[in-house]
Amino acid sequence: MLMYRVFTKPDRGRMFWKQLPKELEKLGLASLPIVIIISVFIGAIMTIQTKLNTENPLLPTYSTGLVTRDTLLLEFSSTIMCLILAGKVGSNIASEIGTMRITEQIDAIEIMGINSANYLILPKITAFILMMPFLVIFSMAIGLFGGYLVGAFSDIITTADYLLGIQYAFIPYYVFYSVVKSVIFAFLISSVAAYYGYNAYGGALDVGKASTNAVVNSSILILFFNLLVTNLMLN
Amino acid sequence: MIEVSHLFKSFDGEQVLKDISAVFETGKCNMIIGQSGSGKTVLMKSIIGLHRVDSGKIEYDGRNLPDMRMRDIRRLRREVGMLFQGSALFDSMTVMENVMFPLEMFSSSSRKEMENRTKFCLDRVNLNEHSYHLFPSEISGGMQKRVAIARAIALNPKYLFCDEPNSGLDPKTSLIIDQLIYEITHEFNITTIINSHDMNSVIEMGENIIFINNGIMAWSGTNKDIYLADNEDLNDFVFASELYKQVKKINQ
Repeated sequence: MLMYRVFTKPDRGRMFWKQLPKELEKLGLASLPIVIIISVFIGAIMTIQTKLNTENPLLPTYSTGLVTRDTLLLEFSSTIMCLILAGKVGSNIASEIGTMRITEQIDAIEIMGINSANYLILPKITAFILMMPFLVIFSMAIGLFGGYLVGAFSDIITTADYLLGIQYAFIPYYVFYSVVKSVIFAFLISSVAAYYGYNAYGGALDVGKASTNAVVNSSILILFFNLLVTNLMLN
Repeated sequence: MIEVSHLFKSFDGEQVLKDISAVFETGKCNMIIGQSGSGKTVLMKSIIGLHRVDSGKIEYDGRNLPDMRMRDIRRLRREVGMLFQGSALFDSMTVMENVMFPLEMFSSSSRKEMENRTKFCLDRVNLNEHSYHLFPSEISGGMQKRVAIARAIALNPKYLFCDEPNSGLDPKTSLIIDQLIYEITHEFNITTIINSHDMNSVIEMGENIIFINNGIMAWSGTNKDIYLADNEDLNDFVFASELYKQVKKINQ
């Protein structure tokens, strides 16, 4: 029912286009620092772990790079990064809308004759869906760069082996699969958070609860849909 | 004019409004008074359409709200301004943006015209240019109320609703806000409905008062009539303090 109200024609298109860049900045660009930090560290750690756990003369030297790349492409940059962003962006959306609800700002919008669900939620969902594929692709690149740093600044793996590994048997479809997943997850995160925020009532404590519920439930949904989409697209 | 007739509203089987009938006149400050929990907020929210009533009519100049579809209710609401108890200003917008918001949403005027209208409204509530670019968190409660009034009148509303307009304000600021609402109501010929239990406001500007007690409209009249009212519940409520008891005696 809420989504029906969200996905209607905006009362004023101009206001939607005014809100959209703000949301792109707030939900997308503002998430870049955490994406960079986590991706570079995970990329580096994954390279070290893979190398240390696959010490076998029978395995080719490039296998570490290959495993790191596929893990980043298939799971980390889409699923794990989205779980992290569910915490950051999901709680941001739920608490912002929840606070607006309990301070009667949403009532004020409704009293003006504006579809508050559409005005508040549609730009957020649209912005996050638009930004998520870029964040995921960016995370892949930064993660791979993190792995490269291990080669460059330690003797665990040579950069030549690593670079060969990340290029070896590359399947572009994996990137497409990750992007598709990220779009689905972006919708889940933003819509679930918006739902909990919009239906918050009471006081500050209840906004906190709404925010927690949004993160927990969107995380569970991400895992469920990850299984579903993986089965559909890779099986 | 807003006319309410035989209004019933219940929550989970508990009757909150029982057969309320009243007329809220144009160009007057109509007040709904009553103790906390008497049903006055439910009545106001029902009139605005935030609560769906069980039965009864709520006619805005002949247009019956309960019969309307959501799209028509939204259209009607563009003729409504509302001053919320906590002001309900948008945190992320400046004073100027808050007042301009309804204009940007519904007005087809140019940017310059919208700015002029915004400045007119802010000027009307005695806010100077220094406050235009401040955020709600940076201004006092009284100023927030004034910004909320400016926002409420931005689209030239026919109906103005004020929920506890003096809540959280000192007596002097309360008086200023009351005066402002009174002036705006008469200047722009608005049907104003004020939900209050501030006796100063009731005595100052209650041109048409209805007293709600346990969900029933127990009394109606003007601020002049209130001194002569023989309704026991009303007297208990209005003249609870010694000061007002003395005022009543003098007036009688």
